[in-house]
Amino acid sequence: MSFLATLFRRREAGIAVMIVLFCLAVGIAKPQFLTLDQMRIILLLTPLIMIGAMGQMMVIVARHVDLSIGSTLGVSAMVSGMLYRFDATWLGFDVPWWTGIPLSIVVGALLGLANGVLIQLFRLPAIIVTLGTLSLYRGLTFIISNAKQIDRQWIPSELKGLSQTSPILGIPWIIFIAFGIAILTYVFLMHTRLGRQVYAIGSNPVAAPLRGINVTQVTLLVFTLSGALAGLAGILYASRWGFVNPSNTGSGFEFQVIAAVVIGGVSINGGVGTVLGTVLGVLLLGCVAAALPLLGIPGTSQAAIYGAVILIALLIDRTVRQQGIASLRRARA
Amino acid sequence: MSAIETQPAVQDAAPARPRWQVLLVRPETMTFVLLVLGIFAGGLLSPFFLDINYILKSFTLYAEFAIVALVLTMVIIGGEIDLSPAANMALSACIFAWLQQAGVPIPVAVLIGLASGLVMGTINGLMVIGLQLPSIIVTIGTLTLYRGLAQIIAGDKSIRVPEWFIGVDRIMVAGIPLPVVIFIALAIGLGVVLGGTIFGRQIYQIGTNEVAARHAGIRSARIKFGLFLLVGIVASIAGIMTASRLGSVRYDLGLGGELQMVLMAMLGGTYIFGGRGTILGTFLAAWLLVIVSTGMIVANVLPAVQLVVLGSLLIVSIIATNFIYSRTQR
Amino acid sequence: MLKRTFLAATGLALGLTMVTGAFAADPLKIVYIGKNTGNPYFDSITGGFEDACKSLGCEFQFVAPATAEATSQIPFIEAQIQRGVNVIAIAPNSPDALNQVLDSAKAKGILVLTVNGDLVGNEGHRDATILPVDFTKTGPNQVELMGSLIGYKGEIAILSATTEAPDQNTWIAAMNKTLVEDAKYKDMKLVATVYGDDQPEKSTTEMEALLSNFPNLVGVIAPTTVGVAAAAQVVQSRGIADKVHVTGLGLPSEMRDFVKDGTVTAFQLWSPYNEGWLAAHFAVGVIGGTIKNEVGSTFEVPTLGTIKIEEKNAMNTQAELTTFDASNIDNFNF
Repeated sequence: MSFLATLFRRREAGIAVMIVLFCLAVGIAKPQFLTLDQMRIILLLTPLIMIGAMGQMMVIVARHVDLSIGSTLGVSAMVSGMLYRFDATWLGFDVPWWTGIPLSIVVGALLGLANGVLIQLFRLPAIIVTLGTLSLYRGLTFIISNAKQIDRQWIPSELKGLSQTSPILGIPWIIFIAFGIAILTYVFLMHTRLGRQVYAIGSNPVAAPLRGINVTQVTLLVFTLSGALAGLAGILYASRWGFVNPSNTGSGFEFQVIAAVVIGGVSINGGVGTVLGTVLGVLLLGCVAAALPLLGIPGTSQAAIYGAVILIALLIDRTVRQQGIASLRRARA
Repeated sequence: MSAIETQPAVQDAAPARPRWQVLLVRPETMTFVLLVLGIFAGGLLSPFFLDINYILKSFTLYAEFAIVALVLTMVIIGGEIDLSPAANMALSACIFAWLQQAGVPIPVAVLIGLASGLVMGTINGLMVIGLQLPSIIVTIGTLTLYRGLAQIIAGDKSIRVPEWFIGVDRIMVAGIPLPVVIFIALAIGLGVVLGGTIFGRQIYQIGTNEVAARHAGIRSARIKFGLFLLVGIVASIAGIMTASRLGSVRYDLGLGGELQMVLMAMLGGTYIFGGRGTILGTFLAAWLLVIVSTGMIVANVLPAVQLVVLGSLLIVSIIATNFIYSRTQR
Repeated sequence: MLKRTFLAATGLALGLTMVTGAFAADPLKIVYIGKNTGNPYFDSITGGFEDACKSLGCEFQFVAPATAEATSQIPFIEAQIQRGVNVIAIAPNSPDALNQVLDSAKAKGILVLTVNGDLVGNEGHRDATILPVDFTKTGPNQVELMGSLIGYKGEIAILSATTEAPDQNTWIAAMNKTLVEDAKYKDMKLVATVYGDDQPEKSTTEMEALLSNFPNLVGVIAPTTVGVAAAAQVVQSRGIADKVHVTGLGLPSEMRDFVKDGTVTAFQLWSPYNEGWLAAHFAVGVIGGTIKNEVGSTFEVPTLGTIKIEEKNAMNTQAELTTFDASNIDNFNF
């Protein structure tokens, strides 16, 4: 089989081509779309989704799903926001600005672990458990904050600076953090025993324990990681938007993330999916989101376009899969 | 999961259990107990709660979702899921309202609205059954798409419907609002179909083991396609009923309703992976949901607490359902 | 939380079951139904209601659904009717989806007020409305503020809420009219009106697109609290505050940092607190018989002075918008 044919059978190549074609098409209509400045805008739209998508991808590869991440993001951001608003002068020292980062990650990890425990120990379907905790965690956000927003003035300027100041090339920190997480996820999934086990339990949950894989341990781990990453996205939400609201913060995040992951070629049937594909899926969503206002397409059509993009990605996925099966059959014959 | 998916009916060699025991371990029993507890709790929380007219009136606010949830129960028993009906309600209602505003006579507009529901059901069915794609992702996609289309048609303006068309919930049949009557009638009808006909048993068989069902000569693709069509048309009926209750239509009609519908089915003991569940369970669960929501709203409980209670209810109910099913397996 | 509500509810119930005919002896019960919980804007309105009720001796409660979609307030209105409150004040989420349920509230003798937002086109379904300012002033006031910031010259754009938001659209129409008709603004050119749907993410991308599409832009008016904060943040992170001036309608608590660091020179709003204050005084007066709810009648409200009931039973708390800048922003804590 020729190199080119292999390349084009790869899902990632398909998405990359889609991104290039899309950007060229928009660029012809609006030349300013193909500028460095615009690339910065696109990149700035993606970090939260990318971080969430890494966690979601691991969960989906393990043949589960986590619908609660939007609410997990909300709770973790709110806990840190409340820490910042909390007057701790009587402690005798100021709470350093970075405290919120580990705090949010830990809160998110705990909420994720709770999902994992319910799913693995009680043998419950992930989709229903996380649908329940989606509602439960959102309620928690309201209760701990007494339904009050954390305003801009309470968020430390250093934290906000992560989204605005840049270590190099004018690219803000937050983007480096997102790509750093993607690289770590890649290393974990591809080069550690535990990471490979995530694929193993996803491709064949019945065979995995027979091969000596501790399914409970791996499942708890992926849900904890998914929660922790949602927590990181939570504190970065505070950094990016400068406020934490009990009802808006993170709501609908799960849909964006799942869309990105599915577009990136992660199979909902488990066992299949790559970090590169997910990253490209996130970037494609970012390009679409940045292009619509530039083209003057009203916000009202955005939802329909997202829906159509998900369905088209599903159709492409199926076509690719069938061609793969057909070529396997040919090779065998 | 495959181990616990065998039907209890197959084990005909086992000695019959006493009738009370069979009744006690049914998931509907749990729903019923929760319902009774809910009514008591509601009465304790607020003295304004225990008023049958108020409860019936409140039920009309959820009746459209409850009606769709009945059909959705059959889809879930058949081993699939449909998350798009709430968006379908919005799109068919928007198409209907937009047409009648453009001067199309109301009966024609209603028919086109219903037809659009059928088309949406067909799209779901084609993608899930024709193209063999997972229903959960397909319907998350169509959920976004249908509501997006509704937003394109109606913008974020609300469209009025004529005065005489308003108030389906004000029509009383023997003192009961019409939407509630429709819900009860549909529950009886579907309950008989699902529990008492060969067609109904076939749905259970498909949900339990589709491959086996197909080998047994059950036309599973046709039946599942039919169920998606049924959800589509019932959702559009529910959408137009909502339009009549509200007197106006906006794209966000029924937003988030898919969660309520799934919640009703789950609370009623329907097994998310198919093969188990009853219409009676969903019927009781719909009342439970209304009792719990209304009880808390009339007691001025923070909406946050309501979110926590609903989320916990969902988790508790599936833990209980799983527990009950694993007990009945022995 | 639950326990406290429970106690409050039982206490209330004891009070209510004893009286059904003797309303006068019973404290007046006012409820305000907000658009959604967690919206900082409503904390301030609620504050006005609470303080007024403290001095007037009425009972006040704030409730709101978790989300702001059109129908989410209906169960709350039904519940308040069932609870037998005397006054329902509401910030409606839809101009017409509430008609039926508000009618049934009125039929029960409940005074229905819209506060901070009206049922445009369906005014017959409420008794009166309390709005912060005469909304015909908003457009011209905002244009004048923008003009003063940019020296009455250059390309400007508007970043609004949703495409159909009735208040914003009224203001935008007035801005357009002012720009065209008043010779003072003949050198200011409105190049675009875009909509951020009152979401921070969407407002930010729309603002970025404005800056890409119109490199000569010198000012952006965002007549919505979410939009103005998002626009200011874009300008702040790009460090172009000296080139692009952002103004609009904002909450001092959300805009304070931008004013302090010079990103935003000045913005406007009204006092949401006074809306609650006025609504409570009006409700108590109408039910007590001291205020006639008729167009043209007037009454006195402490700290606000004389209030006149305008066309369509509308009342305003102030004549012109309040302008906030570095000199006065610390005096406001909402």
